[in-house]
Amino acid sequence: MNQWEELQRAAFGKRISRRDFMRRATALGVSTALATGVLSKAGYAQEPKKGGKFVIGIGHGATTDSLDPATYPDQMTGVVGWGASANSLTEMDEKGNVVPDLAESFEPSDDAKTWVFKLRKGVTFHDGRTVTADDVVASYKHHMGPDSKSAAKSILASVAEIKADGDNIVFTLNGGNADFPFYASDYHLPIMPANQDGTVDWQSGNRTGPFSIESFDPGIGAKLKRNPNFYKDVWFDEFEVKVIADVAARTNALTSGEIHFMDRCDLKTINMLKRNQDLEINQVTGYGHYIFVMNTQQAPFDNPDVRNALKYAIDRDEILQKVFLGYGTVGNDNPIAPSIQYAINPEPIHSYNPDKVRELLKKAGLDSLTVDLSVSDAAFSGAVDAGTLFKESAAKAGININVIREADDAYWDAVWLKKPFVASYWNGRPVQDWMFTTAYAADAAWNDTFWKNPRFNELLVAARSETDSNKRAAMYAEMQQLLHDDGGLINIVFNSYVSANSKKVAHGPLLSNWDVDGMKIASRWWFA
Amino acid sequence: MTAASTEAKIPRARRSKSEMILRELRKAPLTAWFGMIVVAAYVFVALFAPWIAPYGESEVVSDEPFALWSSEFLFGTDQLGRDLFSRMIYAARNSMGIAFAATAVAFLTGGLIGIVSALLRGWFDQLASRLVDAVMAIPSLIFALMVLAIFEQPTILNIILVIGLVDATRVFRLTRAVAMNVVALDFVEAARLRGEKTPWIVLREIVPNIMPPLVTEFGLRYCFVFLTISSLSFLGLGMQPPTADWGLMVKETATLITYGDITPLLPAGAIALLTVAINFIVDWFLHKTSGLRDGQ
Amino acid sequence: MDLLSGVPRGQKIEQGGVAFGRRGHMHPILRTVLQRLGLGLLTLFIVSLVIFSLIEMLPGNFAKRILGQAATPETVAAFEKEIGLDKPAHIRYVTWVGNVVQGDFGASFASRVGYKRQVSDLITPRLKNTLFLASLTALIAVPLAIGLGILAALYRNSPFDRIVNSVTLTTISMPEFFMAYILMLFLAVKLQMFPSLASVDADTPLWERIYRCALPALTLTLVIVAHMMRMTRAAIINLLASPYIEMARLKGISKSRVILHHALPNAWAPIVNVIAFNLAYLVVGVVIVEAVFTYPGIGQLMVDAVRTKDMPVVQACALIFAATYILLNLIADIISISTNPRLLHPR
Repeated sequence: MNQWEELQRAAFGKRISRRDFMRRATALGVSTALATGVLSKAGYAQEPKKGGKFVIGIGHGATTDSLDPATYPDQMTGVVGWGASANSLTEMDEKGNVVPDLAESFEPSDDAKTWVFKLRKGVTFHDGRTVTADDVVASYKHHMGPDSKSAAKSILASVAEIKADGDNIVFTLNGGNADFPFYASDYHLPIMPANQDGTVDWQSGNRTGPFSIESFDPGIGAKLKRNPNFYKDVWFDEFEVKVIADVAARTNALTSGEIHFMDRCDLKTINMLKRNQDLEINQVTGYGHYIFVMNTQQAPFDNPDVRNALKYAIDRDEILQKVFLGYGTVGNDNPIAPSIQYAINPEPIHSYNPDKVRELLKKAGLDSLTVDLSVSDAAFSGAVDAGTLFKESAAKAGININVIREADDAYWDAVWLKKPFVASYWNGRPVQDWMFTTAYAADAAWNDTFWKNPRFNELLVAARSETDSNKRAAMYAEMQQLLHDDGGLINIVFNSYVSANSKKVAHGPLLSNWDVDGMKIASRWWFA
Repeated sequence: MTAASTEAKIPRARRSKSEMILRELRKAPLTAWFGMIVVAAYVFVALFAPWIAPYGESEVVSDEPFALWSSEFLFGTDQLGRDLFSRMIYAARNSMGIAFAATAVAFLTGGLIGIVSALLRGWFDQLASRLVDAVMAIPSLIFALMVLAIFEQPTILNIILVIGLVDATRVFRLTRAVAMNVVALDFVEAARLRGEKTPWIVLREIVPNIMPPLVTEFGLRYCFVFLTISSLSFLGLGMQPPTADWGLMVKETATLITYGDITPLLPAGAIALLTVAINFIVDWFLHKTSGLRDGQ
Repeated sequence: MDLLSGVPRGQKIEQGGVAFGRRGHMHPILRTVLQRLGLGLLTLFIVSLVIFSLIEMLPGNFAKRILGQAATPETVAAFEKEIGLDKPAHIRYVTWVGNVVQGDFGASFASRVGYKRQVSDLITPRLKNTLFLASLTALIAVPLAIGLGILAALYRNSPFDRIVNSVTLTTISMPEFFMAYILMLFLAVKLQMFPSLASVDADTPLWERIYRCALPALTLTLVIVAHMMRMTRAAIINLLASPYIEMARLKGISKSRVILHHALPNAWAPIVNVIAFNLAYLVVGVVIVEAVFTYPGIGQLMVDAVRTKDMPVVQACALIFAATYILLNLIADIISISTNPRLLHPR
């Protein structure tokens, strides 16, 4: 076989790196244009190059936004005040691993109770001052303490002590936690310069990231320019974020070339957007999931057979197709997304099965079942439609669901955690311990299924400090199986982040931990 | 004897009145005729919606969202696969009905308070006028938005009441101004001296004399209410799905415009056609009653 | 949304009926101005009361809104204390009024320790943007409307008159956001003549600013032209029936001269009124156009603030809107009086 053909085959099978392909193609005497053509057909990202002004349109953002990371609500503040302008100690890669960022390395003690993060040398803030361990301590303390109203307060609740030790930062935890470096990658935890009194200066926006903030207009947008001293390569010269709440306006801005990227595409018309040859549509299934939750302490949901009957009475495929137009992955009553470490897909797969529903109802000693389901689009967009379709499919299996549409404004206050059967939404967490501790531990503040399973809670504590990866995998598998078989959640779908971009810009694989390429789009993309 | 003579009189008076209306109608300009025919057609569609529409209001009839126009689905389907033609027809009923109810609320409250203010003057008039001034100085869309948010859930009744009351301020202004002129006239004074009760004066003397400008205003108000409701729907606080409403339908299909699909033009066109038609009638009516002559 | 307000503003007759000052001893214009200013202040006060009570009645509060689903009761309480929401409503209102009287609109609830966001700093750039868009629209719309109105009156009942009438009637009958989308489709997406985003900031140079504002200004022009044009036409035609015009015509003066020199000067009162009304609309009523073109104006700011219940910002916006409305009405009244000899020199 001809060597060139073989090389092309290797490229299409992605068995060869871009660089190697180009080197060997040149050696074979193939023209550069032909070689790059093959590469782009094979779906290889182009070699990044520097320059240009990158403009994106974001569907979030309000006039009440600020650069205080304690109250970052969404993508807008996350992209501007963290992804583009700042760094956490660690970050996530596209495979779901945690890797060092502002920390050069991190080491646990044997019981995972003490974590030592070694600060990367010579990193400076935008104003030129070198980052010290004290800055890190101040940035963390900003979220801790009794008066904190930080969104990161709960994930730092397990930190008993944090202190600077030369170039190291030492975290002492209340109990062992093998996943602590994941927590340190959260977008609420950027490193900022400390003030003299030990507080932190978040007001100036002076941070360490690939771009420095030139202007930030809450609810309107932000302008940033490249940080020439950043410790990694940065491609764009300038980066601008525009807040465009209206999805039709956002789409128009993209098609008329005023922005290069938009988040949250209109799913209803996505097929028409796809016909535009100048655009590329990206779909990333993240950790977020749309669920119905039952209060497992209240009748009739205190009976596991009733819970399972409902799990078999919902047609997840129909909801995925009709409400989310196929953008997502059907759930299997396991809140852990497939891309997360140690995730399993528990058997038997819960899919629509009216016979099984009747059988389970009989086992529970019931001829029929009538329940109230509270929904609102405040829980997740499409919750009302999903509830309506659930009602239809359940009716065919002998379960009568009254769909009650609750008020949007008071939903999280008055309905969620209050009524026994409600629609809910979780953004998901990059590691299982984080997700379970937040929502399924018996004493979790947001245990929205009120599920108290002794075995599960025992495993949760044991797995947290277990550093042997095989043993952890086994423990997490058992916990997921328990949730699937006995828990009070009906996981409808893992939702997808659907974004679109002009083909003028290029990018590598997208991060799945948050939307907008893990909120780090500014440093990860470049002009083609 | 007297009874017989009055009986004999009434039909004749009626006949002459209906004859007069007929004569006026015959003289009506083309635009007015156009307006009347359109409005009549809309009312017909609204009244008989369930019999005209081929499918149900929120019935999902196609697996394909935004299906193209076909003989099966005249205007294609919407984002959930519901028949757009059927929803247009049901929306006529919802949109027109709600706008009518809201306008009626505006006229009943605004009109009544306006007349009473003109009649009583004094502190009542002061109180009402100041309050109305204040509400009018707040942008009506934002005001409606705030009040609707208080109700937590924008039900149809809430929308009718809120829009009705916001618009009542404008009706109050007009009614009070017109009624003020009438109240000062001799026959009202005479009725008062005769010792007639206030409700009688309002109903028998004032209302008939301020009717023409109010009827005109009703037509115009109706158009505004229509547009206000569709604006509220656009901002997400108006009619709630799955109720079919033209404003909401424009909002739901608006992104299609970007792709050169004219479907969103249909509900928008329905709104525009109706308001244009009403304005044509109002124009004609204004022309008739105000004695406005074209000078030639 | 009060474009077509059926009442020709000339019919307004009188606004309140309260007479400040004794009649006859003061110049009528001065008297009207003082009277209206007094009433205006009273109105502003009522507006602030109404808005305050409305926001108090809204479910939830700013702290809960911002902290969202994740908030524990303790964090909400801490936040409420920080922005002063822990004090009773009447005390907050009185404090606020006291500060405003001294010219201090206070700080937005979005302020944090060490990061004060003054309401005035928040509003000023937005207000400038709104005023810019309003002026640009007015520059296009007012001459266009008056010109079309005069032409329509001149050639009344001609095909030209009918076409102008029908077209303007149609543009006014379309929902605003829809008009905006159509313009966006044709002029921004298809022809790529204008940008679909009207995003401007303080550094945007004037020409760029005008270029970016083209589509919103055009949308607003289409929305308001009909009303002003129809009023101009009606006011002129109304005068054509009066004896002095009849006289002028009998003298053999040409039709266009009659209209321009004899009818128009006396038709100003209702025309100015309707223009003032529409200018007020341009300042206060453009929420939807701002949303569609993502123009950073004050309407959008107020809607955002209502959603998050950021009381100081909502109050300040409401006062600005109300003051604009009152002032423009006052100006219109003054112009009406000064163009009307009978009102200018009573008895």
